[in-house]
Amino acid sequence: MDLFEYQGKQYFARYGIPVSPGGVADTVEQAVAVASEVGYPVVVKAQVKVGGRGKAGGVKLAANEDELRGHAGNILGLDIKGHVVKRLWIERSSDIAREYYASFTLDRPNKKHLGMLSAQGGVEIEVVAEENPDAIAMLSIDPLRGLDLAAARAWVDEASLDEAAREQAAALLVRLYECYTKGDCDLAEVNPLILTPDGRVHALDAKVTLDENASFRHPEWEEFRATETEDPREKMAKEKGLNYIGLDGDVGIIANGAGLAMSTLDVVNQVGGSAANFLDIGGGANADVMAAALEVIHSDPKVKSIFVNIFGGITRVDEVAKGVLEALSRVTITAPIVLRLDGTNAVEGRAILAAHLSDTLITEPTMLDAARRAVALAKA
Amino acid sequence: MSIFVDENTKVIVQGLTGGQGRFHGLRNRDYGTKVVGGVTPGKGGTDVDGIPVFDTVAEAVAATGATASFVVVPPRFAADAIIEAAQGGITFIVCITEGIPAHDEAVTYNRLVEEFPGVRLLGPNCPGIISPGKCNIGITSGDIALAGGPVGIVSRSGTLTYQALYELSSQGIGQTTCVGIGGDPVPGTNFIDCLAAFEADPETKAVMMIGEIGGSEEERAAEWITTHMTKPVVSYVAGVTAPPGRKMGHAGAIISGSKGTAQAKMEALAAAGVHVCQNPTEAGEKMVEIVKALALG
Repeated sequence: MDLFEYQGKQYFARYGIPVSPGGVADTVEQAVAVASEVGYPVVVKAQVKVGGRGKAGGVKLAANEDELRGHAGNILGLDIKGHVVKRLWIERSSDIAREYYASFTLDRPNKKHLGMLSAQGGVEIEVVAEENPDAIAMLSIDPLRGLDLAAARAWVDEASLDEAAREQAAALLVRLYECYTKGDCDLAEVNPLILTPDGRVHALDAKVTLDENASFRHPEWEEFRATETEDPREKMAKEKGLNYIGLDGDVGIIANGAGLAMSTLDVVNQVGGSAANFLDIGGGANADVMAAALEVIHSDPKVKSIFVNIFGGITRVDEVAKGVLEALSRVTITAPIVLRLDGTNAVEGRAILAAHLSDTLITEPTMLDAARRAVALAKA
Repeated sequence: MSIFVDENTKVIVQGLTGGQGRFHGLRNRDYGTKVVGGVTPGKGGTDVDGIPVFDTVAEAVAATGATASFVVVPPRFAADAIIEAAQGGITFIVCITEGIPAHDEAVTYNRLVEEFPGVRLLGPNCPGIISPGKCNIGITSGDIALAGGPVGIVSRSGTLTYQALYELSSQGIGQTTCVGIGGDPVPGTNFIDCLAAFEADPETKAVMMIGEIGGSEEERAAEWITTHMTKPVVSYVAGVTAPPGRKMGHAGAIISGSKGTAQAKMEALAAAGVHVCQNPTEAGEKMVEIVKALALG
């Protein structure tokens, strides 16, 4: 789950990482109230989960209330790469002497954590990595040992941060690492991390991605979840424990397992069709889950046919078959359903469906046959 | 021969008394796997359909001589279960649990490497391993596998592992071993581990490798194949049409920027001399062709 900047900053603050004083505002009046609390000048920042806000006019400096009203009014409702701004973060403007970059993420090939620190912050780190890779000090961190202050000090030296920033930056990095690990982040990134002319180091931005697998030990994430602006169908799917992503085509897809679901998309594409969605019912799905999946797909008016591609492992095909019948008894699904069923309890599953097969409930022996049939039906 | 597990492998099931553990543990036994015990704290002394249950892995190992464990417990307990298996003397751990926090996986993996260097972890979030006709640990349906070789299968995706088995078996092509390495960020066993084992196994004549978008494991495997692999490899990478930046179920299956795309992986594999196919069926057909040519040769 990606956090908005303001949520990332609130998350940072929990771990003692210094951020600028500020607050959120959904209206111009709220923005004025926050600004009068933190003091002018303030920065008005659009809260959208997409890069390039500044260039799109989503970040503005306001020296006084008049300017703030103008900027806040303009930015609220602004469309930034398809993301409409509904919320602002208003914070006291910081004077900037230097801009750095810092982040922690998982180094998958090495199975350790990777810290990246650069004295050249404020720009896209990918560009720095491309043009001047030596400007990024990479630190491999053993998850069993973590990052202590001594290692962090050596790291800021290696990254050649300004002398005045080093001690504070080292302490901040230790806290950021703690936020990353204890806070179960997939990514904790600060860009820029700034040094002010009066010698203070703090996080001017926050990019945090949380590992949803760890949500069982983070009840505090509930408030982040509440603000997720999702496609209503994706939200409905999530509530039912399904992994659904809406796409543009007309063949509804239901598969078990991410790999098979992706492969199903690929095959539908190869036989000349296009998928309306990605939907993985996961491992071990029962009849209820299957019925819910069909209902989610059915709610998409673009869907002209539905391709259910199941290869049972932990998922039992008889449960899937029961779910299909249950869904059909609960809602009238007009789009024809093409099923391909193999794997665990496939024989039992096919037997359950046998008496119900019709022009709109069809089984095919292979994935390719089923894809062709579903695509043909969508075009009919 | 087979890799990692064979007809002599004795297996315990951690979580045998749970719904999934019982279902798949008993199926594994029905397949012919030597499932010699189960472990559930507090349920020692009972049994599941005749399989004795122990309170701890150490007790189970002492009583049964098991060397492999099938971990089928909820995500919040899985990391501890894996470490308990290693501490208890298990050397091959298969963890099918889906949804383990990435930080727990990173800690567990590094603990195994450091404290238990002789232990191999397969998974988490994987379908398991099957050496057809000999041993099946995990959730793979045994009836889709065909004994006798000569193909080894390694796959990151669970259901595509089954698909690969099905494509081969339905054409009469058997498998030596089929390994599902799982799609999580920190897999205990990777493509290279399996490719190396298949390369060393005299009965494996060719390998099918199923990858998917995200990460760089396929690219790393391609490098390894270039320098080490003499046996033919057929590959399929899922997710050609997946939109970038979205998580496709597996923690691993996410594309960011141009990195980790199916296209990039397929190009790397093709450059390594791998037969890259566009879908699982095509990969199956290609493998049939290769096996037939090997038989003639």
